[in-house]
Amino acid sequence: MKRIFTSTNFIFLLLSANILVYLFNSQKALSVILTSKNYLLEMLSILPPILILIGLFEVWVPKSVIEKAMGQASKIKGIFISFIVGTAAMGPLYVAFPIGTSLLRKGASLLNVSIFLCVWASIKIPMILFEIKFLGFDFAGLRLALTIPCIVAISLLLNMILNRSINHEKI
Amino acid sequence: MFSLILWILAALFLIISLRRNKEKTINSLKVALKFFRSMALLILITIWVIGFLLAFLPPEIISKTVGQEAGFKGVILAALFGSIVLIQAFIAFPLAGSLLRQGANASAIAAFVTTLVMVGVVTAPLEVKLFGRKFTFWRNFLSFIFAIIIALIMGAVLG
Repeated sequence: MKRIFTSTNFIFLLLSANILVYLFNSQKALSVILTSKNYLLEMLSILPPILILIGLFEVWVPKSVIEKAMGQASKIKGIFISFIVGTAAMGPLYVAFPIGTSLLRKGASLLNVSIFLCVWASIKIPMILFEIKFLGFDFAGLRLALTIPCIVAISLLLNMILNRSINHEKI
Repeated sequence: MFSLILWILAALFLIISLRRNKEKTINSLKVALKFFRSMALLILITIWVIGFLLAFLPPEIISKTVGQEAGFKGVILAALFGSIVLIQAFIAFPLAGSLLRQGANASAIAAFVTTLVMVGVVTAPLEVKLFGRKFTFWRNFLSFIFAIIIALIMGAVLG
């Protein structure tokens, strides 16, 4: 039963949907393709070098280093390091997923990987400058000030809920 | 610009690695390829779904709805929109800014912007693949709840 929802089937579904839309409204169908193309180009410009860097990271950086910096015993220092690593973000969130997996494999704690992901998603220096420019300093500043404690809270709760049930060997 | 730096960085480290240990470098490329293989199809699907979403639910329409609906219902609606769509910051922030200047509810705008970056429904399959279902569900669910909390506090402070 489960086999119906495979990626390949989904691709076919999207393709047929796109063709169907084209029959009724060719303009819309083209705009779907065009938007997707832009996102695809963005992805292709960022993901390959990130994956190469992840590969090098896995081979060269010893497990003990990450375990010490971001592992179970790293406490506040680990949280702080995760924040710093997360703000060095470049690109969309899905780029951070393989980095997070890699960090988990190298012994980083779930708490810290969650913090890393959330920070990557929401706190990027160029994005903050952009937000200040368009939404004002009060809005952007307050949102940032509220986001930081919320990220810690989200990650602590997530860590509590999942405990140790995450599947480390997914790949 | 950013991506250019990344490519240069990746190339540089790859060359250094290759000089120090050929075998390790080949292994590192294998790791990279493995990641790419496991993600490629899902990324293609995600990107295609985004294409559909933005064609039928353009940012202008989303922002109009977010700006019009008032009260708590407006905040929830804004948070839902932000969770579902995936818009780059350079489109989303100017839109949100113009709405705010037109007198839109600060809570709703905050909810939209916060879920936009933190909650990802379209990227969820990818997240499931790498972190598992439980992690993905709870991370997104908790982020959604906290985005609402952030939004309500901001509404109270900024009026």
